[in-house]
Amino acid sequence: MAILNDENLAKVDKLVPKYPEKRSATLPLLHLIQEEHGYISNEAVEWVAERLDLSPINVYEVVTFYPMFKQKPGGKYAVKVCRTLSCALGGAYKTCKAFEEALGCGLDQTSEDKLASLEFVECHANCGRAPVVMVDEQMFEGVDENGARKLVEKMREGTL
Amino acid sequence: MSADAKAETITINVDGVDREVPKGANLIDAIEQLGEEIPHYCYHPKLSVVGNCRMCLVELGMPMRDRATGEPVLDDDGVQKIGWMPKPGIACSTTVAPGMHIKTKSQVVKDCRNGVMEFLLLNHPLDCPICDQAGECRLQEFATDYGRGYSRYTEAKNVKPKRTRIGPRIMLDDERCILCSRCIRFSKEIANDDVLGFIDRGSYSTLTTYPGKQLENNYSLNTVDICPVGALTSTDFRFKMRVWFLKAVPSICTESSVGANTEVWSREGKIYRITPRRNDAVNDTWMTDSGRALYKQVEADNRLRAYQVDGKASSFDAAIAAAIAQMKQGKTAVVASARASLEEQFLLSQMVEATAAVRVDMVSHYGDGDHLLLSEDRTPNLRGALLTGLINDLPDARLDGLGKAIDAGEVDTLFVVHEDLAAAGLTDAQIAKVKVIYAGIEENSSSANAKVSFPLLTVFEKEGSFVNQNFRVQKFHNAIPAPRGVVYDLHLLETLRAHMVGESPTRPTVPAVWELMAQKITCLHGLDFRGLGDLGVGVDAGRFASLPFVESKNLKHDPEKRSKLGVEAGATA
Repeated sequence: MAILNDENLAKVDKLVPKYPEKRSATLPLLHLIQEEHGYISNEAVEWVAERLDLSPINVYEVVTFYPMFKQKPGGKYAVKVCRTLSCALGGAYKTCKAFEEALGCGLDQTSEDKLASLEFVECHANCGRAPVVMVDEQMFEGVDENGARKLVEKMREGTL
Repeated sequence: MSADAKAETITINVDGVDREVPKGANLIDAIEQLGEEIPHYCYHPKLSVVGNCRMCLVELGMPMRDRATGEPVLDDDGVQKIGWMPKPGIACSTTVAPGMHIKTKSQVVKDCRNGVMEFLLLNHPLDCPICDQAGECRLQEFATDYGRGYSRYTEAKNVKPKRTRIGPRIMLDDERCILCSRCIRFSKEIANDDVLGFIDRGSYSTLTTYPGKQLENNYSLNTVDICPVGALTSTDFRFKMRVWFLKAVPSICTESSVGANTEVWSREGKIYRITPRRNDAVNDTWMTDSGRALYKQVEADNRLRAYQVDGKASSFDAAIAAAIAQMKQGKTAVVASARASLEEQFLLSQMVEATAAVRVDMVSHYGDGDHLLLSEDRTPNLRGALLTGLINDLPDARLDGLGKAIDAGEVDTLFVVHEDLAAAGLTDAQIAKVKVIYAGIEENSSSANAKVSFPLLTVFEKEGSFVNQNFRVQKFHNAIPAPRGVVYDLHLLETLRAHMVGESPTRPTVPAVWELMAQKITCLHGLDFRGLGDLGVGVDAGRFASLPFVESKNLKHDPEKRSKLGVEAGATA
């Protein structure tokens, strides 16, 4: 598997010289890889290390530090339910439970049909309209248990 | 180290007392030289400073000066005021400065240490009864000195991997790790093998290697030495012995001409481990993994344990008589060894004189160096053989010259120390032509064909000295007793010499041999065994400095510098 497509490779070549220290480009490179593949494989870690003259362990430390970097492929959709105060008060725990039941998977897991991965995350910065859910890059406000079930249905139909 | 560095000192004030410390020193090192200690975990004098354990917090202050005029600010008594920093600072990232004031015993500092200890012990398991580090554990020691004595913690402790094999010789217990990162920095900075790192940073920070990689370089066991807790343990030493039962004796590693300073840890005549001993002129605080395994030769299966005449066990006296009778018939040649100590080489050279040996040969043992602490010359004492006059030039790997002499019938008896004749290139026919008298630690082709065999002692069973790659004379001490019935190597050589010239043999001690050597060997004038100290003494290489030694540049050896120095010294002499 190629680590990055040509377009992204060109971006890498532009990115790296921007930093006085090559090592500083670790995060942007990892973001590019995650955007393209949805996760960061060990081969990708080694590729980044080689590109930046680091040891793989240096990159691996960064990957394991940030929860946003995935080390395994997830589902077609990434569902992120907010768990921070406003959403928690607004019923985010119930919403999350509804997602778990509808998808048939637990937290930080992927549904068996590989439709979606479910996460309970920190603030999406839209506290006025709790509970907030993000599916991939799309924001959904005021998602209650019903809303959650509807979202899952739409994902199944492919109309989201 | 050098006289210059010692001369340049500055004055700092430690707990109200003015003290002299070396200029430019790290504060922790400076205080250590004063005989006191600032507790620390992550700081190591030979590694970069990271300051992540926070144990070395002290109060720091500098004499106050007026910012506008630069004039000293005085108090009512006319004494310059001290501007104390509002919060304590870490000593490990502080370089001493003239007039610096520090407090290491104030209530604030005590509270800091107490607090840091409490955090470090939060998730630390109460493993001490089964932990190999117990007895030499900094966490244990400082918990006693600075801890509160009881735990306020009621929550469940973190659970982490308890036994991960991160390398062929290393076991990791992540629960015990206090995240000081010494091992990570060592691997990266000294061993140049950056495989260790912390993953999952946060409450579950875990030390590990990159998936599929191992900490397997030849310096990996140094991480065990520098680990302040019992997180990294040696699989060889693990669960074998409590450290407080062990006796540590200063010794020298015989692996190569680097001559790393070591400590040999033994109990009741059995060696359990070898660790490096700090010597900034030789090995800093490191040594190779392979050098640590050398104690296994003490109990090796192929160890020569008894005196033998014609392949049959005999007494020491009978073996001596047989050897003398053999050497008195015809011409004797000697194969000397760079594995023998300086004293043994000296007595051997006297024996060579006494027997009027027709020739003295030596065998080189060269391998690949790693440019750190394993040099190309895999013998500890080649320079000793030069200084004692056993040889005048560098030896070859093969005994071809000796082989020709045997073929020409110039040799009747061969006195061999340590060497394996077949491995050194003599043919079976050549070996069969001569009578071999062998003295060595292990059985080999020489002993198999020997008329007389004398068992010799390992470096752990005797004392003496070696001359390392930089012509530094370093001594080793007796760590464990010799095998039953085996005499000291010096005694054997002296007995042979005395019988050859018809004297009655004495039992030479190492200091007594040194008195003789100091008279006879120019560059050892004025030295005696006790005066060597445990860090050794560099001697003038004299005319040998320009020999093409095989060692390339390594941690403390630079052949270019060395030969320049030697040539200059030789010119002035």
